[in-house]
Amino acid sequence: MDFFTYLVSGLSLGSIYAIIALGYTMVYGIAKMLNFAHGDVLMIGAYISFVFMNQLGVDPALSVLLACISCTVIGITIERIAYKPLRGANSLAVLITAIGVSYFLQNIALLVYGANPKSYKSVVSIPPLHLFNGALSISGESIVTILLCILIMIALTTFINKTKMGQAMLAVSEDRGASTLMGINVNGTIALTFAIGSFLAAIAGALLCSAYPTLTPTTGAMPGIKAFVAAVIGGIGSIPGAFIGGLILGVLENLSKAYISAQLSDAIVFSLLIIMLLIKPSGILGKTNIEKV
Amino acid sequence: MALLEVKKMNVYYGMIHAVKDVSFSVDEGDIVTLIGANGAGKTTILQTLTGIVPLKSGKVKYHGKDITKHLNHKLVNDGIAHVPEGRRIFASLSVYQNLKLGAFTRNNKDEINESFENVYKKFPILKERSKQLAGTLSGGEQQMLAVGRALMSKPKLLFLDEPSMGLSPIYVNTIFDIIEEVHKEGVSILLVEQNAKKALSIANKAYVLETGKVAKEGVPKELLNDPEILASYLGE
Repeated sequence: MDFFTYLVSGLSLGSIYAIIALGYTMVYGIAKMLNFAHGDVLMIGAYISFVFMNQLGVDPALSVLLACISCTVIGITIERIAYKPLRGANSLAVLITAIGVSYFLQNIALLVYGANPKSYKSVVSIPPLHLFNGALSISGESIVTILLCILIMIALTTFINKTKMGQAMLAVSEDRGASTLMGINVNGTIALTFAIGSFLAAIAGALLCSAYPTLTPTTGAMPGIKAFVAAVIGGIGSIPGAFIGGLILGVLENLSKAYISAQLSDAIVFSLLIIMLLIKPSGILGKTNIEKV
Repeated sequence: MALLEVKKMNVYYGMIHAVKDVSFSVDEGDIVTLIGANGAGKTTILQTLTGIVPLKSGKVKYHGKDITKHLNHKLVNDGIAHVPEGRRIFASLSVYQNLKLGAFTRNNKDEINESFENVYKKFPILKERSKQLAGTLSGGEQQMLAVGRALMSKPKLLFLDEPSMGLSPIYVNTIFDIIEEVHKEGVSILLVEQNAKKALSIANKAYVLETGKVAKEGVPKELLNDPEILASYLGE
């Protein structure tokens, strides 16, 4: 039964990676850039929900919602100030800018909240689920995380396939110039993508810190990189790819921690990336997939 | 009054001065054609008008209104549609999705359905293939999709960039028939073509471009009798 416990907590961690990876993969698909500051938006989101919930005593769900709204605004602002002027610049310039934004956000957090870790109170208050006479117990955080991840996947897929803005995103991801000719506001579509990604990052931040309650200015860095790896493994630009990649990564990380070595788990996760890049560089659901965004 | 009036348009690609002081106009009900050799700046002019390439200097008026500062996606709302060079259909989306995106700026469902009917009537093959991915269509079918997609915005002015490029003679005739049909329905047309003979045969005004400049302008009949034009563009 231990195996199933590890598996479920792996799925839960993987769901968090998947939610973060969605931000990476959508921004890559539509803006054609790697937003390496994405993990740090998550961290800022976690601090914001922390302040509302732990310091101001606001209801947890409302705190997360406020964090989501704030991150949406922050995401759009970052895009407008840092990335939009570089539209058409070479990708290396954009990449370096993204790394700069990442350090900028980390240092803002350091300045405002200090280096001492904050103890994040879980946003989930439902009790753990005990199955098979207590042989398998699933934490409330895991249940909420996995369900929320599935819900987000369904919502996002519906949004892209059923709404005009979703179709505009597909069009922009394929051909910006031709999208302009359809009357699509390309800059607006890119801004919307950042808004969605950042909104989701705030949710991921709250879930991550509920499961692993130490919050520091670098909290977003490692999960950000892992989510990026998940997006690449799943096939960057693909929404279901982000989902699958995230889950694979989370499960692999947890099982390696349990059965091989806690120290080596990260090395194993990154080895998977190397193997994937050698075998199928486009990722599991790479380019040929229709649901490309 | 001219429907579209371009005055002293200048466009640069980096250091290259691609379009030099080009002026032309399209009247309501016109088929105007820009002809000229490769690299004369024909495509660049269209791309500048719809905001794919930035304008350096010049003035653009549409319906008498200065739109120089609004050469972007909003033109579709004003009734200008552009069938770009190389078709640029959305290959990973279905034929239906492509056409739907053509109607992106419109909201009235009944009117959009009417346009679907209209496009399907002109291009029955698109109806047959509506669920197919656009990338799997043949070149000629893709060109039809590109034209159909532009018509979905219910344009008043249609830009067509090399609609006959790479097509078999049968498809070339089909496309030109469609252009005339669309024109009869009240759409003014600005046509860029390398197939000068074909373009001149349907146009009522033509501009000959040479290395970014307007070298000649006039009615096709006169141009067709101009020995210089015959030699340079019609291969006679």
